[in-house]
This record gives sequence, structure tokens and C-alpha cells, in this order.
Amino acid sequence: MEVRVANVRKEFDRFPALRDVSLDIRSGELIALLGPSGSGKTTLLRLIAGLERPTTGKIFFGDEDASSKTIQERNVGFVFQHYALFRHMTVADNIGFGLKVRHGATRPSNEEIRRRASELLDLVQLSGLEKRYPAQLSGGQRQRVALARAMAIEPKVLLLDEPFGALDAQVRRELRRWLRDIHDTTGHTTVFVTHDQEEALELADRVVVMSQGQIEQIGSADEVYDTPNSPFVFGFIGESSSLPVRITDGQVWIADRPIGLSAPNHPAGDALLYFRPHDIELLDGCSGCIAGTVAASRRVAGTRRVELEIGGERQRVEIELPVDHIATQKSRIAFRPSRWKLFPVKSTGN
Amino acid sequence: MADPEIKSYEPMHDNPSAAVTESRSARTVLMTVAFVFLGIFLLLPLIIVFKEAFAKGVGAYFASLNDHDTLSAIHLTLLVAVIAVPLNVVFGIAAAWAIAKFEFKGKAFLTTLIDLPFSVSPVISGLVYVLLFGAQAMLGPWLKSHGIEILFAVPGIVLATVFVTFPFVARELIPLMQEQGTGDEEAALSLGANGWQVFRYVTLPNIKWGLLYGVLLCNARAMGEFGAVSVVSGHIRGMTNTMPLHVEILYNEYNAVGAFAVASLLAGLALVTLILKTVLEMRYGAELAATRGH
Repeated sequence: MEVRVANVRKEFDRFPALRDVSLDIRSGELIALLGPSGSGKTTLLRLIAGLERPTTGKIFFGDEDASSKTIQERNVGFVFQHYALFRHMTVADNIGFGLKVRHGATRPSNEEIRRRASELLDLVQLSGLEKRYPAQLSGGQRQRVALARAMAIEPKVLLLDEPFGALDAQVRRELRRWLRDIHDTTGHTTVFVTHDQEEALELADRVVVMSQGQIEQIGSADEVYDTPNSPFVFGFIGESSSLPVRITDGQVWIADRPIGLSAPNHPAGDALLYFRPHDIELLDGCSGCIAGTVAASRRVAGTRRVELEIGGERQRVEIELPVDHIATQKSRIAFRPSRWKLFPVKSTGN
Repeated sequence: MADPEIKSYEPMHDNPSAAVTESRSARTVLMTVAFVFLGIFLLLPLIIVFKEAFAKGVGAYFASLNDHDTLSAIHLTLLVAVIAVPLNVVFGIAAAWAIAKFEFKGKAFLTTLIDLPFSVSPVISGLVYVLLFGAQAMLGPWLKSHGIEILFAVPGIVLATVFVTFPFVARELIPLMQEQGTGDEEAALSLGANGWQVFRYVTLPNIKWGLLYGVLLCNARAMGEFGAVSVVSGHIRGMTNTMPLHVEILYNEYNAVGAFAVASLLAGLALVTLILKTVLEMRYGAELAATRGH
């Protein structure tokens, strides 16, 4: 089922949580809403679900306008951040709940509900736990039950709010792979909210990066990582360093020195230079480079992160070096970004 | 080998909370005072109630309970409780639901209003109904012309009791429902349940122990209420006397056995309530923890 969010605005007590958000979700797609807290990602998810009503704008399920439909009518599967399992019901009763509350001819027999529940338990790899209560399950198991319960109603769309937020790192990674598998098997259109970029990039077909109630960028993991379209996205996704620079005659300058990067299409004036700590080349001499004094150096997994102070302003940037690289012994390092992007200073609201 | 270390820790074990600095003797004195006080003011009267009730033997006890007016008082008390408690369960759940799950203007006012019966003297509560429904009052003549009796009749007693016992269920449920939030209800809605199903299958089971606890306290107060009921009942023997009122009448007539026999029933109710309350707290302490307040 395709979902289309069209110019949606949502205010809480006149405070705008979402400002004019539009988003097309393709059928069968796995989409991540990624952003810091307060960016409006959960609000957008709840609007799609029907747990909230938009202040203005519309939400379409397929060609149908779902804006005025209740959450019951929308038939969405919603997995809550803290699972919201019914604590007084067994696992099987939790999963069967959505079928049990149906009316008349659409309500399956008890036999059928039990069969569906144990089928879904097989799917989420929890066979045999039908009779347990939520309190007797681990966090990861509860998460799976919550997903099975949401899928029991054969939803048009599956919505997950911070699905792995309450789990420890090890379980998170396992469940991530598992959710991808489930998605590929069942083919549900799925939207999940996360503030964890690693989770979003690894899991989603497309990532929607949000900030301050607006969508900053929509794209595949490669697109948002390799070609971020704003300083916010560059800074939020992956590691990044930035330096204030000046563009003169198509050349990038720091203070009074050109750094050997040319930007012929960029308008002259002040700008911000963004690059990834690992996208650099080290240089020996320095005619056209960025040179800095080593301020700090720390070991991060297989690499060494070196913090440099650049120029008289003592701007700090981070670069990444191989652990045993000779440069890590030096007190001054010269380098030049190999992949980089310039943003005009005006647009840096952050 | 590790002896010196162990020794140095021992005083700590003796006194698990280092912040508690009272000596053993001070603690003993405090506990003794508490127990003696409770013994004199609570336990002793309870024993005397039963002692006096059985002063002239078991036969006299049951004979006095079998009196027509006494039976009528018991009957009326049960009737009032049977009407007042369910009403307050419905009102209490509705009020708690509104306060705990919605944001609306006047919420703080409503919360204060719920506590009003606790802060107003019961006699005043009764008096309000007299002023409202009495012969010289606003609604009195209109009610009379329509043949509706409220004051000095069962409806008045029920109204006064409902008023006095209103806070018990609501006060018990509000913190519980606030703590539980709306997540479970939203989950049930997203699974297609309608409002009634959400309440029946999700909300009610989540609050059942708190509700039972509130009902228990509400019932104890409904059966034991004296002040408010005394003002509106008119004390018509065999007609509008509840058990507490009947105890007073019998006692004023120097019928000690009769008075204490009825009192022993009320005391028995109190004991049963206390035991059930303790059992509930022991078994479902965690779920009720948020609701300590009276």
C-alpha cells in the first residue's frame, strides 16, 4: 500500500511540531524517519497511523484520502516504543487481540485465532511461548511479540516507533537484521522511527532525515551519506568536520591561504567546508593544504582520530588516520579533504 | 586473613542504613509509644465493643439483632451501600479517566472538586441537602407538589452517602491511570478495538486491583457514615435509620447490648475490610504503590 503525506502541518497548542511535510512512501518499501529528538519524526508516524489528526494537509492510503479516517478504519499495524503489550494477557492472547475484537463475519473462530497466533509466533521465532505473560519475556522477545501482534491484523502499513530504542546494543543488531528479513518475507510497507543513524542507514531502503519539524533530505543510505544536501544532514549522518572558509576566484581559502581546492561554480564569499574525517589525503609540504597542530588523539576501534587546531582561530577539526601511521607521531599535520562539500554560510541555522 | 576488614564492616551490618542515627533504646521507646497508643485508642475500644455486645450472653446478642428495628436498619444500610457504591464506581472511573487520560480546561478544578467531600465536615454535607431539598428550601415545595420525598427518606440518605464517599474510587484510580498512561489503549485502538472493547479488555483489567481497593474503602465508609446521614435521615425508627444511627439511638435508650451488638457488626465489617485491604496490598502492592494517599 502506497502512503502519501501531502503538505501536512501539525500544531500542539499552537506550537508547530511539523511544518509542511510531504512524503511519498512506495508500496512494500522500508522507510526510516531519522532525526534528533524534537524533530517531529514520531509525530509524523502517529499522523500516518491516525493517532493524531493533522492541523492542515492530507494523508492518502493509495488513492484514498485517509485523513478523516479513525485509526481503527486505517488498519495499520503500530508497534509502540515500549511495546504496550497487554500485561494481563498471555502472548497468544496479545497476538490474537486484533482478531478477537472484530465483529460479525470478519471475526475468525477461536480455533482460527489460535492458529494464526502460533503461525505468527513461528514467524517471529518465538514458537512455544504462547502461554507466557509479557512480564516473563526479555526485552527482545517483547519486541517480537509486539510486532507479531501488529501483523496479526494484516495491516496495510506497518509503523514502528523507535523499535529497538529500549534494547541493549547486542540485541539491537540482531533484531535489526531480523526485521529486515521479516520485511523481505512479508513485503509490508513499513515505516520506522529512529534517532540512531546506523540503524536507519543499515535497515532502510530510503531514509527520511528530519529536523525541527521539517524534512531535510530523502534518499537511500548512499545518497544521504555521500551527497548530503544541507549542513544539518552532513553533520547528523556520520562523522563530519567543518571549517569556515572563503571563496575567491573559484578557489577555497582559509584565512590568507588557498588550500588547494577549487570550487568554480560556487559564488564568492564566506562558506562552510564540510568533509568526513576519513575522506582526506595527507600531504608533506604545504602549498595548498590545511595544516594544523595536533591537539588530541584517541584510538577509535581500528583507526586513530586526531583532533587538529587550524590557523589563528584555532578551529578544531577531526581527521582519521590508520593506527600505526607515521603522521600520528607528529605535532603538525598537513592534509587536504579528498571528498568535501561547501555550504553557503547563510543556511547554517544550526 | 581478611579478618580486620570484616570486623571493620560489622558495625555497618548492625545498622543497615547509616543515615539512621537513633540508638537502639530510642527506637524501642518510639515503637513502644506507637504500640501503646494504638492499643489504648484502637484495640481496646474494639475489644470492649465485642465484650459489651456479649455481656448478657450469646442468646441476648442474637435476640437483640433479631429486633424488627435493628433488622430494618441493617437492611437500609445494605440498600444504601448497594446503590451508593456502584454509582461511585461509575462516577469514579469516569472522573479518573477524564483526569488521567485527557487534557482539558478546568482539570485542576475538577481534581480539587473530587477532594471536596474529604475536606468538608460530613454534617455540613448533610446540611447542604437539607438546605436544598427541605420544606422551606429552594426545591422543597416543587418536590412536595410532585410527591417526591428526598429528605427524611431513603433518597436523601443515598444522596448524602454518595456525596461523602465519592472521592474513594476516583482518588484510588487517578494516580494509577496516570502512571499507566494511554499506551495500552492506543495499542488496542490500533488493533481495531472500539471504545467499549478497549475499556472492557484493556483499561479495566489494568485498573482492577486499584478499583477493588477503592470499592472496599468506599463501601466501608458508605456503611459507616454517620454525620451526613444523621442530618438528612430524620431518625425514623424502622424507616430511615441506618446502622450507625441505630447504634446511637439504642445507646441513648440505655440498651447497651443492643447498641454494642449492632456496633459489633460494623466493627466486624471494619475488620473484614482491613483484612481484605491488607491481602490486596500484599499481593498487588506494586500495582497499588502509586496510590498511597489515605
